Amino acid sequence: MGHAEEQTIERFPAETTRVSRGGWTWGPHPGLARWLARWGGRRRAFVVPLGLLLVWEGVVAAGWVSAYLLPPPSEIGRTLLELAASGRLFEHVGVSTLRVLVGFSIGASLALIVGALVGLSRRAEDYLDPTLQALRAIPSLAWVPLLLLWLGIDEAPKITLIAIGAFFPVYLNFVAGIANVDRKLVEVGAIFGLTGFELIRRIFLPAALPNLFTGLRGGLSLAWMFLVAAELIAATRGLGYLLTDGRELGRADLVISAIIVLALLGKLSDGVLQWLERHSLVWRDGYDSRRA
Amino acid sequence: MTDVLLDLSVDEKSFLSHRVIDAIRFAVPGGEIVSLVGPSGCGKSTLLRIVAGLDTQYCGTVRIKGAPPQVHSPDVGLIFQEPRLMPWLTVAENIGFELGRLGDRHPRVKELLAEVGLAGFPDAYPKQLSGGMAQRTAIARGLLSRPALLLLDEPFSAVDAFTRMRLQDLILALAARHGTTLLLVTHDIAEAVYVSDRVIVMASEPGRVTGEVRIDLARPRERRHPQLAAWGAQVLTLLNGGTIDYLDLTDELAAQTPPGYPIATEHLAFAL
Ligand SMILES: Nc1ncnc2c1ncn2[C@@H]1O[C@H](COP(=O)(O)OP(=O)(O)OP(=O)(O)O)[C@@H](O)[C@H]1O
Ligand SMILES: [Mg+2]
Repeated sequence: MGHAEEQTIERFPAETTRVSRGGWTWGPHPGLARWLARWGGRRRAFVVPLGLLLVWEGVVAAGWVSAYLLPPPSEIGRTLLELAASGRLFEHVGVSTLRVLVGFSIGASLALIVGALVGLSRRAEDYLDPTLQALRAIPSLAWVPLLLLWLGIDEAPKITLIAIGAFFPVYLNFVAGIANVDRKLVEVGAIFGLTGFELIRRIFLPAALPNLFTGLRGGLSLAWMFLVAAELIAATRGLGYLLTDGRELGRADLVISAIIVLALLGKLSDGVLQWLERHSLVWRDGYDSRRA
Repeated sequence: MTDVLLDLSVDEKSFLSHRVIDAIRFAVPGGEIVSLVGPSGCGKSTLLRIVAGLDTQYCGTVRIKGAPPQVHSPDVGLIFQEPRLMPWLTVAENIGFELGRLGDRHPRVKELLAEVGLAGFPDAYPKQLSGGMAQRTAIARGLLSRPALLLLDEPFSAVDAFTRMRLQDLILALAARHGTTLLLVTHDIAEAVYVSDRVIVMASEPGRVTGEVRIDLARPRERRHPQLAAWGAQVLTLLNGGTIDYLDLTDELAAQTPPGYPIATEHLAFAL
């Protein structure tokens, strides 16, 4: 032991970090130490959820709560596996994801166009903004009956509802982003002869990009929310349908499984946007630039 | 006799009811290098903005090559008082901004990077630059298109003394090579007399011209030339409203400040 210790000390000279516990000295490689520290930070995130799962499993196993109302994690895992094995899980996930993708794309694109119009033209703002602000005040679910009346019970009302959900966060943030563009940079653009579309593309868009990403991420999370609203009410496939189905069959494990899958999908899609955001905003001089 | 490139006559310029410029007239022949010096707030930046066509709310007439100012004229370039770099573009992309897409690949950009001493930083983002580096990037951007009249608003105020001298010589060399006319705002009297053919001195409240000093000295000039110092003293006298004893504050201090109180600098007659 003493021999190994000496070797370690030799290989890692004084400047490396050492953890000393009761006379036992260990000097890890600096890169490894950094990795461990970071992994330690990530690992901490799992402590609370894992603990809760254990308590949950224990509480149900002890019979304090009925397994019918609150199926234990092990049973939910089994349900998820069964769903996956039968292929139904992927069908529901596929249908729901497609709906969100299409609805979000439509809503966000419209928001980009209208937002650019309102952000850049005083007159467009006077005409459009008050109406849009009023529409925004309508609670989302109030649209559902109307959309069902107008568009039937097919895909159209669901996509529309999701698009409405995605529209407003993107619109509001984009308009705010354009309004906050530094007048001094716009002047530079003017000095260099940028007008109209070129000015938008080379000054306003990049300058408003941070806000736009905030809006896109907000819009996407609302899109998932509106998806569930749409599928709960009228659907024969999709995760929202799985929720209703679970309730009607009295199977809490199905409901909880659907909730978990929704949470994962929401997190995953947000992660994609977050990754995009980090990579297209490397220039940003924010306080929290994680690479520091 | 060269033609007049810039003929400026601004009778009045106000922001709301605040009168910033009162009857400023001067003409600049092609190829001349003119400095504007004056106390802070006397309207120097405002004057440059008018010439650049960024400000159109004024009384008077301004002619550049016989035409009124317009934003983005191929004849006029402007280097702002602040760097005003696009934070989302790298140094090279900022310098080549005017060329549009792939402007950073242009050979002129590489040349300018070396000339302003940023050859090692083409891919840095503005957030990674010091104040002086950012300003040098902005100067390089302004020099890219070689306009006939280049307006510079305190371009060297954020760089160290040594770099400042190098940039002064760089601007002079480029101006000589391309016959560029320079209109330079500065707070540095030594810089004004070293660089210019003519120094126009302004006073504030409202901004007006109080006089000008011609610097008749062939280039290249020796910075320590005694004649330059004498002209500098002349500029200083003009700035001080015509009196020589510009540093004798004893009377003013005695009148304004009871012993034991901080000095009320706003009552002193000089400010630069
Ligand atoms: N956009 C504006 N709105 C209102 N007042 C302004 C504006 N820009 C400048 N002013 C006023 O005009 C006056 C002249 O400003 P200007 O920027 O031209 O001064 P300057 O001579 O360049 O000063 P400095 O040497 O400090 O840069 C100042 O009193 C300032 O308050
Ligand atoms: Mg100024």
